[in-house]
Amino acid sequence: MQKIYEAELSFLEACLKVNPKSYGSWHHRGWVSARLPRPDWARELSLCDRCLSLDDRNFHCWDYRRMVVKVSGVPVDQELEFSDRLIGSNFSNYSSWHYRSTLLPVLHPQTRQEPPHASSPRGPQSHRVCEEQLLKEYELVQNAFFTDPNDQSAWFYYRWLLGRAEREETISCVYVSREDERVAVAFSRPINARCVGLLLVLDGQPLRVEWRSVHPRFRHSPVLICDLPPGTINDVTNEHNLTVHWTGNHTHRDCALYTGRVESWCRDTATDQELFRSELSVEKTSVLQSELQSVKQLQELEPLNKWCLLTIILLMRALDPLGYEKETLAHFQTLKEVDSMRSEYYSDLCCKFMIENTILKMEYAEVRVFSITDRNLTSLCHLDQLLLVTHINLSSNRLQRLPPQFAMLQCLEVLEADNNFLENLEGVYHLPRLQEVSLKNNKISTLTDLQPLASCPELKRLDLRGNPVTQAASVESDLAELLPSVTDLLL
Amino acid sequence: MAAEDLPSEFDVVILGTGLAESVVAAACSRVGQRVLHLDRRSYYAANWASFTFNALLTWIQEQQEGPQPEQGKDWSSLLNDGEELIHLSNPDLDSITNIQVLSYASEEDEEVPDTAKEETSANSQLEAESTGSREEESAEAEEESAEAEATNTKGEEPEVDQSHPGASSGPSEPTRKKISYAQLLKEGRRFNIDLVSKLLFSRGSLVDLLIRSNVSRYTEFKNVTRILTYRHGNLQQVPCSRADVFASRQLSVVEKRKLMRFLTSCIEETEMDQAYSSQPYSKYLQDQQLGENLQHFLLHSIAMVTEDTPTEAGLASTRHFLRSLGRYGNSPFLFPVYGLGEIPQCFCRMSAVFGGIYCLRHSVSCLIVDKDANRCKAVIDSRGQRISCSHFVVEDGYLGSRSSVTTPTRLLSRAILITDSSVLPSDSEQQVSMVTIPPGEVCQSAVKMVELCSSTMTCMPGTYLVHLTCQSVGSAFEDLSQLVTKMFQTPESQEPGGRPSVLWSLYFNMADGSVPGVEGQGLPSNVHVCSGPEGSLDHEHSIKQAELIFQRILPDEEFCPPAPNPEDIIYDGESPTPSAEEDSVKEAGQQEESGGDLKEAGQQEESGGDLNPQLDQ
Repeated sequence: MQKIYEAELSFLEACLKVNPKSYGSWHHRGWVSARLPRPDWARELSLCDRCLSLDDRNFHCWDYRRMVVKVSGVPVDQELEFSDRLIGSNFSNYSSWHYRSTLLPVLHPQTRQEPPHASSPRGPQSHRVCEEQLLKEYELVQNAFFTDPNDQSAWFYYRWLLGRAEREETISCVYVSREDERVAVAFSRPINARCVGLLLVLDGQPLRVEWRSVHPRFRHSPVLICDLPPGTINDVTNEHNLTVHWTGNHTHRDCALYTGRVESWCRDTATDQELFRSELSVEKTSVLQSELQSVKQLQELEPLNKWCLLTIILLMRALDPLGYEKETLAHFQTLKEVDSMRSEYYSDLCCKFMIENTILKMEYAEVRVFSITDRNLTSLCHLDQLLLVTHINLSSNRLQRLPPQFAMLQCLEVLEADNNFLENLEGVYHLPRLQEVSLKNNKISTLTDLQPLASCPELKRLDLRGNPVTQAASVESDLAELLPSVTDLLL
Repeated sequence: MAAEDLPSEFDVVILGTGLAESVVAAACSRVGQRVLHLDRRSYYAANWASFTFNALLTWIQEQQEGPQPEQGKDWSSLLNDGEELIHLSNPDLDSITNIQVLSYASEEDEEVPDTAKEETSANSQLEAESTGSREEESAEAEEESAEAEATNTKGEEPEVDQSHPGASSGPSEPTRKKISYAQLLKEGRRFNIDLVSKLLFSRGSLVDLLIRSNVSRYTEFKNVTRILTYRHGNLQQVPCSRADVFASRQLSVVEKRKLMRFLTSCIEETEMDQAYSSQPYSKYLQDQQLGENLQHFLLHSIAMVTEDTPTEAGLASTRHFLRSLGRYGNSPFLFPVYGLGEIPQCFCRMSAVFGGIYCLRHSVSCLIVDKDANRCKAVIDSRGQRISCSHFVVEDGYLGSRSSVTTPTRLLSRAILITDSSVLPSDSEQQVSMVTIPPGEVCQSAVKMVELCSSTMTCMPGTYLVHLTCQSVGSAFEDLSQLVTKMFQTPESQEPGGRPSVLWSLYFNMADGSVPGVEGQGLPSNVHVCSGPEGSLDHEHSIKQAELIFQRILPDEEFCPPAPNPEDIIYDGESPTPSAEEDSVKEAGQQEESGGDLKEAGQQEESGGDLNPQLDQ
């Protein structure tokens, strides 16, 4: 048996010599090695090393090597040395950097101060690395990108180093509306209403309710809603206590609906959670600050390097998103110029950051009004953070649609989106409190486009001036039929 | 061979087996010329030769004894009408001067006195053996008194007041077992000590020629693993490749960026460069805002030029360096395993494969010149045979007085050291280091130093072979000993330190071959002169010279076209048998495997061989 397999191995060696990047050969080699009665793993490792010394980016070999290492139990520190060696000889190597990122958390795990109450369900292993080692890694990767700032693998690794923050899985907001007898819950990540164990307890009694996402287009949603049985909470003179349990995660959130109140909520704000900073890191500010300094130093030498600019933007956001807003926007402008092939990507990213900043500003001001006008917005995001918003103004941007996620704005009463390129209103769907919609100067051309509005029961006022649809023959009567609740129609 | 007479007619007679002569020999044989290649010496490669330790001692002695007086014979009986003679002289007459040997290794093995005696006896036995086995080497008489050798030499150099060697090298470092002089002699065959110290640029003309002509199959190379420079009394590694820059601990990240940017940008010419065309390179570097550290690296270690080299030349050598970088590894240089003396021999071998006839210890006494045509018609060899030829190629040393009278001799100062450790110890003991010592740092002129480890097969395990070269100001000892004292541990060293100890050293001056040749100075038009080694690090000079000579001899022929595999050659009347064909296919395959030495992808010199040893098991 051993002989047959060994013969097969040497045959495969011959094959790999001809084509070292053959999927089939490597896979078969793995199959044979796994069945070999007396495998010679040291030999397999040295074969891999030879192959990698010929082409250090041969990812087939990397895959095979990982398998060999796993089976033969090579110590992690040895593997880290191996990665050191490969990076030392040529650091333009995603595979080695990536390999590092899997080894470091095992070898130098972060010592956790807080009790491990919120162990993530995705894996028991923390993906963070202890600070001492992190600083070494920062130094290493800085050497790489200062040596060759156009090599992206180092930059990606750098981003991994900076952005290992894992958000705890929580219920970020519970909102209850007395009038609608409805509960809306926002989670830290999109979840599937059917698969996740959610329990609603009202005044100490578990309540059978049906959770659903805000829009039929997607099942996974960071915001789920449910209707309470009629008559449970509609008496204003009663006080109610609600608790939503996320049983899978052992987390819950309470919400009290006091006497005389028509609605109530309980939540962590984006500012509380430092939500948008975790995009990069929850690393100590001092570390980030010094990283920003060194990357800025590089930028002085290489003012047009896109990786450098992008990293500066990310670091600035991690440090102080509002304070650096102006500089961030300027850098985005440069980025779009130097890397015009990706200008749309940068636009979208910039939008995202603008929206994040606007959310932060709104929360600092403690209002429920979200206004972001004249900012060249091309897309919307973080809409789950806008669950409580009653007034939204998106005028004078470059939006083409209100996506299904828009339906997460469950408290929305007034929508202003004048002077955009809107032609799709899919997301204006079952918004129970929506009364006014202003869509002046958009690209709405057919009645079908307006169909979603019919699902909003309270819609009173609609401004469609400057849209192609107003040119249609019997538009007024058709609209009256489509939207019977609208009393104030401007065409 | 001795008794037989040589054929009396050749196309080309070549005297001297230095690099340029050997390349000409290979090139001429390759295109079907009948070549006779002679050398008066008992060894190949003239001043390009590599010697074992013992053979070097013989060579030293020969040099010091001076040439045997040659009785001027009268060859006029061999002359025909209208012919005259040009007498040639002894090549070694002037080329090597100021030899000085200093041995610091203890005579006996101090640490283990019990075995010392045994070793000595084994030693003499081995010497006897080597004497017997080596035909080429003349009787190694002095080896019997090898110990006396060093002392002898010293006696001849009275101007150096020097404590008695050996005695002075006290047990300063009792922890490390010292290598004794007896061991050096015993392991003498492990040394291949070059008279010249040069390296091959990976994209230099010699490497190109070796590949183009297939001569590369005869030898193997190692990458120089690091470039060092001596600055403010310290040795620093010069980061020159991307990986070096990345790994460097001396450079700040900003310096790294600046250096990388400069290196990548200087590959292309810009208008800016032209603006500096009349100014020195050092000024150009200054204006690049590189910082002192980087300027030093770029000027002295990468461009390897001086402060006043013009920008154009400086940039050209920087580019040459960068182009060579990464072809075979992390530095731009290659060094032939078994020493530089291999290279002329490889070309000789190629010439012999294509019919060239070789005789050592066989010289040409006179040229017979046709007075009217001013052409060399024939030569008279050292045995008095008249051999006619259409071209005569000669090492300039044989022309003796003719060259030294007309041009002031420029000399190179050389030092060869055997040391016990590396000048800059690192993780790996097997480092091949190229070290630049800028002018003014210790010596007046710029010194190039190459430190070879034992895996280059030029020195015994546990030792390093260090070559120092610079343009002479005084004698080699005057020029270089101060630097040696500073960088190494010798009895003269002031303060003790962890520096490598010198076990044995040799200083000598060699004529600088870059001095304009004696071409056209009353020599017949078909006599071509090759100069000896010059001081530069590369081989460009000799290769260019060989190509020029070849073109003068055979203006219409290709210079060193690829040689076929020996098995592919079909000799007259011999029909290729199927088995021969098979063989040649097999051979070609093997070539591919074993001849990976000079293939682009073969970056694994260090690990030895390529994928095959692993895969073939």
